[in-house]
Amino acid sequence: MRPGEPVVTASGPAVDEAALRALVPQVIGLLGRRGVDFGAAEDAVQDALVEALRVWRTDPPRDPRAWLATVAWRRHLDAVRSESSRRRREETVEVEPAPGPVREADDTLALYLLCAHPSLTPASAVALTLRAVGGLTTRQVAEAYLVPEATMAQRISRAKRTVAGARFDRAGDVATVLRVLYLVFNEGYSGDVDLAMEAIRLTRQLAALVDHPEAHGLLALMLLHHARRDTRVVDGRLVPLAEQDRSRWDTALVAEGVAVLQAALARDRLGEFQAQAAVAALHADAPSTEETDWVQVVEWYDELLGLTDSPVVRLNRAVALGHADGARAGLAALAQVPDGVPRRTAAEAYLHERAGDLLDAARLYAEAARAATSAAERDHLLRQAARLNAVGP
Amino acid sequence: MAKYLFLKHYRGAPAGVNDVPMDRWTPEEIEAHVRYMDDFATRLQESGEYVDGQALAPEGMWVRYDGEGRPPVTDGPFAETKDLVAGWMVVDVDSEQRAVELAGELSAAPGAGGRPIHEWLEVRPFLTAPPTVTE
Repeated sequence: MRPGEPVVTASGPAVDEAALRALVPQVIGLLGRRGVDFGAAEDAVQDALVEALRVWRTDPPRDPRAWLATVAWRRHLDAVRSESSRRRREETVEVEPAPGPVREADDTLALYLLCAHPSLTPASAVALTLRAVGGLTTRQVAEAYLVPEATMAQRISRAKRTVAGARFDRAGDVATVLRVLYLVFNEGYSGDVDLAMEAIRLTRQLAALVDHPEAHGLLALMLLHHARRDTRVVDGRLVPLAEQDRSRWDTALVAEGVAVLQAALARDRLGEFQAQAAVAALHADAPSTEETDWVQVVEWYDELLGLTDSPVVRLNRAVALGHADGARAGLAALAQVPDGVPRRTAAEAYLHERAGDLLDAARLYAEAARAATSAAERDHLLRQAARLNAVGP
Repeated sequence: MAKYLFLKHYRGAPAGVNDVPMDRWTPEEIEAHVRYMDDFATRLQESGEYVDGQALAPEGMWVRYDGEGRPPVTDGPFAETKDLVAGWMVVDVDSEQRAVELAGELSAAPGAGGRPIHEWLEVRPFLTAPPTVTE
């Protein structure tokens, strides 16, 4: 089942899984306001979610949110009663202050921040965010990351123990949440959940909750990258930007990405995601590689270098400069990038090819293939080497 | 997170420091070794880093296609020349540093005399799916 795709059964109407999952953070927040700690609330809502998927086909509720909240609350009480420390926990529940007039948006934002708590490793933060904010089941998260369900269950319960007691008040900052969401987006997808789509959904929700230009910058970046996704890997083969079928880029997503980016830039609080999105927008806008405004691409990389002096940015800048000022200028800039930066050798091969040094390029492509981290990237680089070797010196 | 394969060899890896064949160990030493390996796997399961692990029999074959309509060739008597994998474990960890740390721990399993066997383990990263962002 894909997100948004209804579950059709012979016995009853469909359950809209995406709508169901969107309720998860609200119900966790509601339990939180009743004094349930985060870990217990998250467990109870997961139980209720699984129950909903089972029951709603034949018996859909009139008010899904109220149904989910009621069942989750009952599951929580059951869990509390069966605990050996029952008495203490029940007392805790009793002495909690009555729920105040808190907006739902605040609950959801608090959950985002809690799931990206600085004491969590990135992998744990990702898993917890997908479950508590995204409403994915443990099985779905495990499938997406190609690990056994038991492993993911352990990762999630350890993460919950780590943030236990943190409640809903102390948490990470929005910048950390954005990094977590970007990790989710970059993961690609497998299993029955499209992680890129999920990351876009969650970032869209976050951008609506917070006044943070980088939330919009990240949303724009994701939309602009996502618009090109179908042309990037075709039949399992990696297709480089220059060879992508630009007529198949999703123009609606590009338009939305550009609009979101422009609104963010207009606020004059530039950040890394906005600058990266600006580069992506220049690519999305160009009818071909050669007609790309490479001079402006280089300028945005200069902005990025001002924000973060990262070797990866220097590498990308060198490639862009190779287009703007010629391959030799690109190679000179690349000389400033330290060895060992991922894809440095591939970039060097590319620039040598553009400069006409085909022998060096073929050798470097083969060398880059040995260091590739994905099978599709390795195969692509091997094909490049083979193509140049076939042409001969 | 990134996945790594730990390969344990019967043959083909450099000799361990405490390299005594297992059939020369005492039953207690074997017991201690097996318990160490089990405990290691259990701890990785609890930390959410365990993906899979299996031991392999020492006897295996090399097999090769031998042309249309002919049965595959097996290598038969040349088994002594080959690298033999004894088993593997797959972990999903935050960094290469963590993978190396875990492999080091696995290599410290007790052997003859109750001392660590210091065997060599091969650590290989998995090739992954291409990330969503590539340029």
